[in-house]
Amino acid sequence: MNRPAREHGGEDVQVPRAEFRSYYGRPILKAPVWKHDVPAYLFTGGLAAGSALLAAGADLTGRPKTRRAARLAALGALGASTYFLINDLGRPERFHHMLRVAKPTSPMSVGTWLLSAFGGAASLAATTEARPRGWTARAGRAAGLGAAALAPGLATYTAVLVADTAAPSWHAARADLPFAFAGSALASGAAVGLIAAPVREGGPARTLAVAGVALEVAATHRIETGLGLLGEPYRTGKAGRLLRAARALNLAGAAGAVLGRRSRVLSALSGAALLAGSLATRFGVFEAGVASTKDPKYVVEPQRG
Amino acid sequence: MAEAHPVGFQWVLEAKAHGATVIHVDPRFTRTSALADTFVPIRAGSDIAFLGGVVNHILSNELDFREYVVAYTNAATIVHEDFRDTEDLDGLFSGFDPQTQAYDPSSWRYQGHAREEHAREYGPADRETAAGMQHESHGPPIPSAVERDETLRHPRCVYQILKRHFSRYTPEMVEQVCGVPPEQFARVCEAWTRNSGRERTTALVYSVGWTQHSVGVQYIRTGAIIQLLLGNMGRPGGGIMAMRGHASIQGSTDIPTLFNLLPGYLPMPSAGRHDTLDAWVDAIRHPGQKGFWGHARAFAVSLLKAYFGDAATAENDYCYGHLPRLTGDHGTYQTVLNMLDGRVKGYFLLGQNPAVGSAHGRAQRLGMAQLDWLVVRDLYEIESATFWRDGPEVETGEIVPQECKTEVFLLPAASHVEKEGTFTQTQRLLQWRQKAVEPPGDCRSELWFFYHLGRLIKARLAGSTLRRDRPVHDLAWEYPTHGPYDEPSAEAVLREINGFDVATGAPLPGFNELRDDGSTACGCWIYSGVYAGGVNQAARRTPASEADPIGLEWGWAWPMNRRMLYNRASADPDGRPWSERKAYVFWDSDRGEWTGPDVPDFERTKPPTYRPEPGTTGSAGIAGDDPFVMQADGKGWLFAPSGLVDGPLPAHYEPVESPVTNPLYPQQANPTRKRFQRSENPINPAHSAVFPFVFTISRLTEHHTAGGMSRTLEYLSELQPEMFVEVSPALAAERGLEHLGWAHVVTSRSAIEARVMVTPRMRPLRIDGRPVHQIWLPYHWGSSGLTTGDSANDLVGIVLDPNVLIQESKVGTCDVRAGRRPRGAALRALVEDYNRRAGL
Amino acid sequence: MTLEQSPRRMGFFTDTSVCIGCKACEVACKEWNAVPADGLDLLGMSFDNTGQLDANSWRHVAFIEQTLPSSADPHDPHAPGDMRWLMMSDVCKHCTHAACLDVCPTGSLMRTEFDTVIVQADICNGCGYCVSACPYGVIARREGDGRVWKCTLCYDRIGDGLQPACATACPTESIQYGPLDELRERAQARLEQLDRPEARLYGHDPDDGVGGQGAFFLLLDEPEVYGLPPAPIASTRNLPQMWKRAGLAALTMAAAVAVSFLGRRP
Repeated sequence: MNRPAREHGGEDVQVPRAEFRSYYGRPILKAPVWKHDVPAYLFTGGLAAGSALLAAGADLTGRPKTRRAARLAALGALGASTYFLINDLGRPERFHHMLRVAKPTSPMSVGTWLLSAFGGAASLAATTEARPRGWTARAGRAAGLGAAALAPGLATYTAVLVADTAAPSWHAARADLPFAFAGSALASGAAVGLIAAPVREGGPARTLAVAGVALEVAATHRIETGLGLLGEPYRTGKAGRLLRAARALNLAGAAGAVLGRRSRVLSALSGAALLAGSLATRFGVFEAGVASTKDPKYVVEPQRG
Repeated sequence: MAEAHPVGFQWVLEAKAHGATVIHVDPRFTRTSALADTFVPIRAGSDIAFLGGVVNHILSNELDFREYVVAYTNAATIVHEDFRDTEDLDGLFSGFDPQTQAYDPSSWRYQGHAREEHAREYGPADRETAAGMQHESHGPPIPSAVERDETLRHPRCVYQILKRHFSRYTPEMVEQVCGVPPEQFARVCEAWTRNSGRERTTALVYSVGWTQHSVGVQYIRTGAIIQLLLGNMGRPGGGIMAMRGHASIQGSTDIPTLFNLLPGYLPMPSAGRHDTLDAWVDAIRHPGQKGFWGHARAFAVSLLKAYFGDAATAENDYCYGHLPRLTGDHGTYQTVLNMLDGRVKGYFLLGQNPAVGSAHGRAQRLGMAQLDWLVVRDLYEIESATFWRDGPEVETGEIVPQECKTEVFLLPAASHVEKEGTFTQTQRLLQWRQKAVEPPGDCRSELWFFYHLGRLIKARLAGSTLRRDRPVHDLAWEYPTHGPYDEPSAEAVLREINGFDVATGAPLPGFNELRDDGSTACGCWIYSGVYAGGVNQAARRTPASEADPIGLEWGWAWPMNRRMLYNRASADPDGRPWSERKAYVFWDSDRGEWTGPDVPDFERTKPPTYRPEPGTTGSAGIAGDDPFVMQADGKGWLFAPSGLVDGPLPAHYEPVESPVTNPLYPQQANPTRKRFQRSENPINPAHSAVFPFVFTISRLTEHHTAGGMSRTLEYLSELQPEMFVEVSPALAAERGLEHLGWAHVVTSRSAIEARVMVTPRMRPLRIDGRPVHQIWLPYHWGSSGLTTGDSANDLVGIVLDPNVLIQESKVGTCDVRAGRRPRGAALRALVEDYNRRAGL
Repeated sequence: MTLEQSPRRMGFFTDTSVCIGCKACEVACKEWNAVPADGLDLLGMSFDNTGQLDANSWRHVAFIEQTLPSSADPHDPHAPGDMRWLMMSDVCKHCTHAACLDVCPTGSLMRTEFDTVIVQADICNGCGYCVSACPYGVIARREGDGRVWKCTLCYDRIGDGLQPACATACPTESIQYGPLDELRERAQARLEQLDRPEARLYGHDPDDGVGGQGAFFLLLDEPEVYGLPPAPIASTRNLPQMWKRAGLAALTMAAAVAVSFLGRRP
């Protein structure tokens, strides 16, 4: 409990003060009320952003099949994102209250507006795939480029969203989380290309996969090892297992992307691995942050530091 | 105090903020201990030994406030040579009759008094009628002139008797009895005495932890002796504060719900002894006595005029014959045992839950199951209304709901915010309460209930010519009513309590205006003045920012709005303040009157130099330097020559159930205690190995008494959601009890179960070289409400203090075992097995 | 207390050295604010059966039993050892830099004219961001309701010149309500009067990680003993840095895409 100060075996000793003290071992912080919708959203948001970027690149470089697949993937991911965001609310019917204000101090407000703008552009771009000729194609390109311009923000604001909390392991990772999420978004976007596009169009996606994985692996490595005590939640428990799986999947996906450049099947498998890896990363990061709110030592010791 | 009186405790903290040292003595570390400067753990039931040790410390070091002690107490008075102390008689005082187990107090008289002059009554009868309670507002009688030795050297002066009596209460003895180490005890003695005297005063606060013992009255007596020796009575910052058990418990003794008292501490007449008005009045005023009690006839007649109105005339002794007469003990515990014997037909319970709140719950419930009818007026359906279908005896098969003959009438009552009236708190302060909201549904006030009950009974008996119905016909029962339900006016009742001129109906200014010729009526003489000038003085609320220093215009205190009793003692014999720092009431020789911020508790113009002619009686017999004006000799009594059933001085007797042999005297327990030797009421043998642990029971801040007003409310229930028992880590280890696990506690009456709370706030004490374990239980739980649990009072047996018939519920012995208690018939089997092993 | 022309910043000073753990604050708060009951759970944490501040507990009295080695005779296990029992009524801190308010995406959390922080229940959509943002674990979402709730400093009382319900009910003036600057002075004076080495103020400093608490405390042990964070910060303090890093990461993303596609016609 508190101040364990008892003598043992008749010895006149005062037990030295324990490393840290707490109120009956109870958490100081509230664990996030967010359910799995939020890590799922982190993933789908990243996927939408990565896909939109891939689509724009494909559009500009004449890879229509990639473009088409990526625009549709972005649309799908966008829809899923919207669902997850609303479903996680305590009062889903009040989702539109998010649009009452625009608050730069609230990453969620910023993200809502980003997602709304991105959603408009990405939806339009995807819609034009129904008639990818003439003025609709031109409109689609404009919309697609617009979505791509917003996409990096969409992919990285979520890192600020979780870092701008009292959850010790999220906030401590604030410098690296945007890079982890950026990498994860790129890899998942690349995965769409690997899965849905013909092999001959797949060069950029393979490069992107490697770049994304490199970025993600490097950033998560820094998070796991560079935060001292607050890195612990990323290495242990459920979060640790998820992040180890994510790393394996990502590295396998990147390797497959490079080695399977002539194989449709291998490319698709690599894409699936990258998607799974990205998903695992988001859930792992999420779980680590939650875990860091549940044990008061993650609050007390760093603040005592 | 912080536990049970958190609102009052603010003043303790205020004093602390002003530099006061707070010492808390308790068997258990409580919320009070948490805020005290010093906590002294003590064995439950050993307080007289502790306080006696303080008396001994004061006397052997001559630390008493000598000038005060000589002038204001009976320290100098010579006691009769017949008196023998506990020192001489192995723990008994002279006059003990082993046959009746009661004292003849005549040998305790002062020197110079004849035997027959002294002993008006005799021990056993006093015990049956709780005669000690009649002295709440005034001392018992003593004859007038006394012999004194103001050098305090006479071997039989009270001072020397006291010194000899308490000489065995040494620090070593305190340690042996109480488990308080000598160093810690010395710190308490030092702090108490250093903070008392001319410049400083110390207050003593106690609560029902002191009263609910077989020697409860003598606990308070010992405290009073210390406070008198140190000059802490009648002076600001001193005194003895009794924290009461409920709102307006003071009020319910002033205008009593007790069997042996009438309003204003007039004794209930006894059959055979007080057959005429004159015999009764003389038994109160004691012709030839000094002191204010000489006006008793005016108080008594005015009360009868209030009761019987125009029917009360001089010719018929003001209907004195209508008053019921005592024939013995009609107290609550005797009544319950009479119920068990089938001798009680009906019972009213008003805001009382004996199935949970009274000692020996099983006897209470089995007793009520023998009634023909039972009326329960309460806010909720409490256990005393449901025991016949969900009490523990239903589970054991002792009560069969289909066969229980008791017809229960549950009547919904209005709460304190749903009705108007007064509360009287421990300072004797009456505070008027406005009604905040209408009571819901059929809920009604007690006033409404009794007024209409009386009205209906009068109407029902209107045609009766039977002599026994005469008192009902004659009862004055006219009160204005208002509202849709004909609610009687509480202010009209307060006017009647205040008293009025019968001819004009004008309210009286105070009890000095009461007459014994039937021209005044007064419902309670000590409350006279509460409606002075036709103004409800109890409703005054002058805020502190506009008030005088002691707030004389906040409510109204009896008597005569006096805020501190015996405040003449705050000045020295010559009428000057003892010190500037402690100036309060003093003599203004220029104006020839007593003055100060308070209403002087003295005849306003009686000078300090006043000396009565020998033989002067009544208030005129009190000298100008005798501050204790309600005492027959005007002195504070260190030694009580009469008025107590169990001795003129306190002596430490062990609780009836104790793991310890009394180290002070061969006499183990209070020899005069009231016992009920019946099969339903076994008492654990002293130092029994079968019941090795001490238990004590009290309250939690979060709950209210038997739980009717707290276990029924979710905001309160959630704060203490379950019955539990507190044990020390050492006892937990010894008995294999796990924190938050279950345990059951066994006595010869019953076994109850509770969740275990292992806490360092409970600690074993070293008594006579061996550890004595104490456990603590809250008593709030029962079978009804949002949170239910076993009742701690089921553990307690019925043994009473002989002076006031209060039960010894603060200490007993028990066993504690891990796990839940047996259910059904196996519960009784367990208890019976214990009793067999204990030799009961 | 009267409402002034231009209200000053109002707050609480909770002096735990005079708290008697009566929980009147908890009950008064629930009564006034119609906060639902929290269930019947015996927690075994001394007399604390509330557990923590929560959507349904806006005041929480903590109880801490501490034993110290016996001063009388350390070799005697039955010697009465010294102990102390700390009690403390916790509440929302009404931070100067309130992370909950900063991150609220709907504007439901707002700052009042008394510089207190309240939730507007008709706006809140239960996104839960504030729950994770609060460095004290105060604000929480109510089961079955979906919105977040916390102490309002009795916004509906203080505007009418009344004290908050808890401060009104507190018998020992452990909970003091008033203008924050006055309370800070009073707390400093109390600290000096108390003159106990273990006493310290918590949350009174305008230069701390949340810019000073509108509800601050006098404690008799380390904050974490009471379940308080020792040196909390409002995470939004680092928001500019976070946006910068996010921007950098976004640029990295864009660059990676550009590089991947550059000069690679199918």
